Amino acid sequence: MNGLLTVDNITKNYGSRVGCHPASFELWPGEVLAIVGESGSGKTTLLKCISGQMDPTSGSVRYTKRDGEQILFQNLSEAERRFLMRTDWGFVHQDARDGLRMGVSAGANVGERLMAVGDRHYGHIRKSAADWLRQVEIDVERIDDSPWSFSGGMRQRLQIARNLVTAPRIIFMDEPTGGLDVSVQARLLDLMRGLVRNLGLAAVIVTHDLAVARLLSTRMMVMQAGSVIETGLTDQILEDPQAPYTQLLVSSVLQV
Amino acid sequence: MLKVENLSKQFTLHQQGGVQIPVIPRLSFSVTSGEAVAITGPSGRGKSSLLKLLFGSYIATSGSIKILHEAEWLELTNISPRHMMDVRNKTIGYVTQFLRVIPRVSTLTIVSEPLIYRGVEVSAALLRAQNLLDQLNIPQKLWHLSPMTFSGGEQQRVNIARGFAAHHPLLLLDEPTASLDDENRNRVMELIREAQKNGSAILAVFHNEDERHLVCERDIAL
Repeated sequence: MNGLLTVDNITKNYGSRVGCHPASFELWPGEVLAIVGESGSGKTTLLKCISGQMDPTSGSVRYTKRDGEQILFQNLSEAERRFLMRTDWGFVHQDARDGLRMGVSAGANVGERLMAVGDRHYGHIRKSAADWLRQVEIDVERIDDSPWSFSGGMRQRLQIARNLVTAPRIIFMDEPTGGLDVSVQARLLDLMRGLVRNLGLAAVIVTHDLAVARLLSTRMMVMQAGSVIETGLTDQILEDPQAPYTQLLVSSVLQV
Repeated sequence: MLKVENLSKQFTLHQQGGVQIPVIPRLSFSVTSGEAVAITGPSGRGKSSLLKLLFGSYIATSGSIKILHEAEWLELTNISPRHMMDVRNKTIGYVTQFLRVIPRVSTLTIVSEPLIYRGVEVSAALLRAQNLLDQLNIPQKLWHLSPMTFSGGEQQRVNIARGFAAHHPLLLLDEPTASLDDENRNRVMELIREAQKNGSAILAVFHNEDERHLVCERDIAL
């Protein structure tokens, strides 16, 4: 049996500088993998290389489709890649402005992805958009407002709604709760947890916040200077870290 | 149900010059289904560490841990994280004194979750959760609230309800009754006996000698 996503020896060089040394892992439905490490350790580079946001220097990403067929992402045409990234995959950017179309309304931001998969019925699209706004706790009366008029936390939730409307099977998130105040952060964590549980969604989350990783993830990958230095169950990494750097990282946190 | 052979654990603290701290020296024992066994020893002797090793939160330094999982013996010391999650889901339950939850999630959801993860229908899972919360004296008006604002004793009981919800064949209990009053302590003891009657093996750390004698038939002394 194949995992949902199989990452094999992905590397990324920026010129002569190494962004990410070979990294491999497998992701299964319902699993949340947290990639942790200090800033500059290559977390976001790895996330972007496995999610189609950036081309890796070498290595491959295999994805198992709904019908069970495994496809090699690197072999797909540009159009096929874009289709996959708009349907079965979602990507939540750290800065919501990178993931939203700021020039169109909140409802259009959510509806757009539905249109991309062929939905043409305006009434249906609008209803789905409203449903998703409700799920991420955005007042439906704001459906025609521009995301510019939204707070940071609302934009982040709108970005999540936009990604989830096509019922993706994997969602990639780059510091999804970074820069949000704690009450909004809790709401987002609750939302994510529910989605993983109820829809069997798999997620890869880049975060430097070990408390977020602890509450949300089942597995953890620790990165330092572009290399994956430790992997394991989240509670095992936090309670019995093996690598010197992981021990430093865990012991530096006030409380997790 | 569980076979432990020559299990040892030591921590290496790299941030402190690589100093090594031995926690558990070559330990061997086994536990059969329906048996309740106490782990005893002075504080600092590694009682909680042993439970963490069995649950996979700690990595064993050497030795073997074998568990009967879905009618098959599995070696836990070199198991993949994904398989360990499956073992935790279906076979090994772990109850500590401390509740760790996402803010805003309701008590009922927290308690029913282990069953839902296992594929039990939501209505049946909620019913089981309600029964357990009732049994543990958590007033009904609190069920839809997050336990984060509850008292220490209430949080502990929510945690116990969650731990007992899914009828795990092996239950690891780390001082499940610490800081509970007499009545609630008795309720927890009832739950333990009930689980045992249903065939679960229990491996427990109790800080109270009387409680230990009340449920456990034998000791593993550390």
